[in-house]
Amino acid sequence: MNVLDEITREQIRTDTPELSAGDTVRVAARVVEGNRERIQVFEGTVMRLRGGGIQRSITVRRIASGVGVERTFKVNSPRIDKIEVVRHGQARRAQLYFLRKRVGKAATLRERRVSS
Amino acid sequence: MSIGLIGRKVGMTQLFQADGTMIPVSVVSVEPNTVTRLRTPERDGYTAVQLGIEESGRLTKPEIGQLKNLPKLSVIREFRLDDAGTEAYTVGQRLDVTLFTAGDVVDVVGVSKGKGFSGHIKRHHFKRGPKTHGSDHHRAPGSIGPGTTPGRVYKGMRMAGHLGDTRATVKKLRVVRADAERNLLLVKGSVPGSPNALILVKKV
Repeated sequence: MNVLDEITREQIRTDTPELSAGDTVRVAARVVEGNRERIQVFEGTVMRLRGGGIQRSITVRRIASGVGVERTFKVNSPRIDKIEVVRHGQARRAQLYFLRKRVGKAATLRERRVSS
Repeated sequence: MSIGLIGRKVGMTQLFQADGTMIPVSVVSVEPNTVTRLRTPERDGYTAVQLGIEESGRLTKPEIGQLKNLPKLSVIREFRLDDAGTEAYTVGQRLDVTLFTAGDVVDVVGVSKGKGFSGHIKRHHFKRGPKTHGSDHHRAPGSIGPGTTPGRVYKGMRMAGHLGDTRATVKKLRVVRADAERNLLLVKGSVPGSPNALILVKKV
């Protein structure tokens, strides 16, 4: 196998769940505050998935105290403690930018039934 | 000037650091180098270590004669040593990537990618003219000097011509990882040449 693929494969995390646009996720990221490290949880809707391999990232959107907040996480980053899928949402497109214009109930997505 | 190793460029990829940042790395494949000869001031007028890699069956008799009992190595390069003598090295000795450790600063020498006959914009970073608004001056070089006096173009005038395919050195790159198991050296940043190009990695 290609040496470059080997190097990237070693870094790709196997503990990430299957993610798709519209899912509600809970991302636990390690953050450094001063000289203390703690885990910060960010819960919201996956607005888009971007990149592949080691570059793969997700943009998560949530409404925090009335203000829309979007955060991008590198899925394979060692700073991510855990990614949890809370709810599968029904999305008919890959990038859910339309959520930015919606507030309240209009910004929610129908639940997708997953046969598991 | 100090010891280094001969390798071949594999390509580039990215690595995550423990703090979550991602860095670009060049991967250089460095198979163990064999010391083929030592240059001494008494005999050669300078101090250097000659290293060789890549066994090949297609060597000329003079080349084989130079290598005597050593393996038939097809790629041979010298590394000049400053004042340090060659005592640490013996002919036939094998040097591998363990020569470097993560955090070392290295200079990387290679042959840059050939760009063919290139215009002055790409070759010398000249400014281009406007694309529109009645402009006829798109990628033209402009004036190349005075007129009747001196009546010629000065030597060394920066103009279009062959670009790339020359020896290029990238200085002060940091070694991110030296993988002795797979004979790989990972340095932060880019190194000259295309994949499979011959690369010299020198200790600073």
